[in-house]
Amino acid sequence: MRKHMALGIAALASITLLAGCTSSPAPDSSDGDVAEIVIWTDAEREEAISAAAVAFEEETGATVTLVQKNFEDLRADFIAQVPTGEGPDITVGAHDWLGALVAAGVVNTIDLGDRAADFEQVALDAMTYDGQLYALPYSLETIALLQNVDLVGEEAPSSWDDMIQRGLAAGTERPFVINTGAETGDGYTMYGFQTSFGAPVFVQDASGSYTNEVGMGGDAGTAFAQWLHDNGSAGAGYLSTTVDYDINNELFNSGKAPYTVQGPWAISAFPDVNVAVNPIPSAGGETAAPFVGVQGFYLSSQSENSLLATDFLVNYLGTEDAQRALYEADPRIPAFTSLAEEVASDPIIAGFLASSQGGVPMPSIPEMGSVWDFWNAAEAQIISGADPASTWSTMITNLEGALAG
Amino acid sequence: MSTNTAPRVDGTGVTNRRRVIRPGFIVKLLLMALVNALGITVILAAFRTESWLVLIASVVLLAAADVVYFTKRLLPLKYLLPGLIFLLVFQIFTLGYTGYVAFTNYGTGHAGSMQQAVDATLIQGERRVEGSGDYPLAIVERLGEIGFAINDDGDVRVGTEVEPLATVEGAEVGSSGAPLSVPGWTVVERTTLFTDTELQERVVALRVPVSDDAEDGSIRTREGTTGVIYQSSLLWDADSQTMTDTATGTVYSPSSTGSFVAPDGTRLPTGWYVNVGFDNFIRAFTDSSLALPLLQVTLWTFAFAILTVLTSFGLGLLFALIYNDPRVRGRKLIRTLFILPYAFPAFMSALLWRGMLNSEFGVVNDLFFFGADINWLGDPVLAKVAILWVNLWLSYPYWFLVCTGALQAMPSETLEAATIDGAGRFRQFRSIILPLLLVSTAPLAIASFAFNFNNFTIIYMLTGGGPAFSDSATGLGSTDILISAIYQISGVAGGSADYGLASALSIIVFVVIGVISAIAFRQTRKLEEVQ
Repeated sequence: MRKHMALGIAALASITLLAGCTSSPAPDSSDGDVAEIVIWTDAEREEAISAAAVAFEEETGATVTLVQKNFEDLRADFIAQVPTGEGPDITVGAHDWLGALVAAGVVNTIDLGDRAADFEQVALDAMTYDGQLYALPYSLETIALLQNVDLVGEEAPSSWDDMIQRGLAAGTERPFVINTGAETGDGYTMYGFQTSFGAPVFVQDASGSYTNEVGMGGDAGTAFAQWLHDNGSAGAGYLSTTVDYDINNELFNSGKAPYTVQGPWAISAFPDVNVAVNPIPSAGGETAAPFVGVQGFYLSSQSENSLLATDFLVNYLGTEDAQRALYEADPRIPAFTSLAEEVASDPIIAGFLASSQGGVPMPSIPEMGSVWDFWNAAEAQIISGADPASTWSTMITNLEGALAG
Repeated sequence: MSTNTAPRVDGTGVTNRRRVIRPGFIVKLLLMALVNALGITVILAAFRTESWLVLIASVVLLAAADVVYFTKRLLPLKYLLPGLIFLLVFQIFTLGYTGYVAFTNYGTGHAGSMQQAVDATLIQGERRVEGSGDYPLAIVERLGEIGFAINDDGDVRVGTEVEPLATVEGAEVGSSGAPLSVPGWTVVERTTLFTDTELQERVVALRVPVSDDAEDGSIRTREGTTGVIYQSSLLWDADSQTMTDTATGTVYSPSSTGSFVAPDGTRLPTGWYVNVGFDNFIRAFTDSSLALPLLQVTLWTFAFAILTVLTSFGLGLLFALIYNDPRVRGRKLIRTLFILPYAFPAFMSALLWRGMLNSEFGVVNDLFFFGADINWLGDPVLAKVAILWVNLWLSYPYWFLVCTGALQAMPSETLEAATIDGAGRFRQFRSIILPLLLVSTAPLAIASFAFNFNNFTIIYMLTGGGPAFSDSATGLGSTDILISAIYQISGVAGGSADYGLASALSIIVFVVIGVISAIAFRQTRKLEEVQ
């Protein structure tokens, strides 16, 4: 008897507690009345997205929930969680994830229709995979040559040798500094110099899409490896595996090196320098084409609210106001053409924009994920003095083996 | 013990407590109410998201909890249940799930179920028909059937899933161009659409054929205001489980590895995960590009774990002996200072050391090696030395603490007796202090070994596994230990992950550590016999 009474009391108390829990504002309750779209974002963009969400919420009555995550975690989490049904409707992401996202089947196509004309073509191309657009682009980023105007003036050096000469003439501790990710190596930052030797990481076909054929082997690749070696610790010493991101920025900011290669995200690290931004000089004779990265918003293929999510993506985030808010929250070169033109009045932005126009999109094929470790490590070894030709060709063989397997 | 007390409590309680509700009972009731509330929340959430496994598990666990705590016969379980539930959720489930993944090819190209892969492939194959404009569109409804009404240059045309678009006379068009009213149909208001998730899904899934000819494609809408003509280049046949390319006629059939493969070997990009049996385990041992680097990594893992425990134990013990001597002044202060490296978060210390060991800009070379250019993190041997040194710095305070405690707990009369018997300092240490010390610290040393065997943080933060093996096709490096190698092989960082292989490797590591620990614990029992 008492047992039943106890159970009754327990049940009653439970229900009371439950009622107490649910009567508090619970945005995730899908009662059917309130539709909700969930967006994954990193900290920098959260505020700008929530500003766009306010207008959307007012007009549609839907709720927009922002979930803040580390940018580095977004790709793996998105791939892991979308198939389980726990993923978001929309996520912020970089264009080079696209191949992996398509292979995992977690992204939906989007259609900007007439609005596509508002965006830079290079941004749309980067977000296109096998002829289909998969994301709303919003920013471009690339690296460029930064120079200390007080030491070497504003004029762009005509070549690597010219830059070194000017750097030596400035009489600073070193003529040039570049981040090699310390012992890890940094193929990304070095890529402009690599392409100036005509050694792209993957061969591009006639339409500009990357094939899975490795393009950095052969004579061009060996010439680049030789150049790394000649300028590394065993040679002139302009490249060094002791320099990581922070050391690089410190050396440039303190005026110990008049030139460096960096992206717009590092500008805030140079408060003491009068910076001018120019295209990366050629080391191997051809145009130095750095990687262009595009960031944008992906739509989940498993979204239960894809109609609302698409509406938000195309008709709210795709507008000039929202794109401007995103730019102001995290100043990257806008992919929205009119906005890009507007902000190019700033010489620093204009410099990066010019560099991106000479750049190539970073490959978004899934094979690219296997490249970095081999590539970075080989560059680090050659800069530290390893034999350039054999180290480079071993790397190419290993890489091709890993891609085939 | 508890079985003895159970009947006694029962026997005395039946008569005395019948009408009395004690405070303890109320507390129990409140706690159980909380547990039930939590359980029911989880069950409801699981029901909403249709996670049936979670639902069943939580119903069973909640029922078990209620039965155990509201019956009198199961007294021992009242103590054991919380621990059992934790064991089940955090150990058994995790282990079981890792085991399950190890037998699949779950990874980047194989992330979801076959149905999801089919859906994704169809999404990728549905393309906008070239030259199709954007038509202003309204969603219309008639007796539960929905259709699209589009404005084709002032000409309003309506169609449904089965009826191709046909012109309707007398329709009104709004300022946005979308039809406002269509005779015979009710135009669905946008506000209605936004509050009805089920309707939204139907709208997104609806394809209205443009004409009787399927070649012309069909109208679809993504956000409910514009319609565009799309055509699917892939056709899914659920009966034969094949995907057919409508343009070339190529038939893609499902393969045993979870992909759609054409007869000529081309694969569609999206696959699904399937059971691959022991493939992952076989690969770990037989793939020549993997086997040799993994062997090197395994040897270094053992060397790293053993040397770390030995060096830090030795140094910690030495300092503990010295600073346990009553003649040392300010022992308490010194002991506190000794603990500092242990109090810092390990990843921060590792990052700091990484900077200090930089061969050009680091203070280590500048201050202690006269500015020599010693490449601590770039040379395979020196990088290992650096790892061991930093880990020694991080972990000797722990052993200092443990040994100090053990020394203070040591019976002083035994040592006095030894002194009287004429044993020297070293003899005392070797024959009395060390054996007694090992009784209490050996299990900790085994635990420390197991921890360092999987000490991902220090490797990842200090060297990232580098410098890389120059001759390997795996991207592993000479300071990689098994756990960081698994992280590297799993490819999570690079974006093309192979969780199946990584899980298989983790299980192998788990077995290795399990066996070593079991043997080692067996050995420590011998030490206890000393006492």
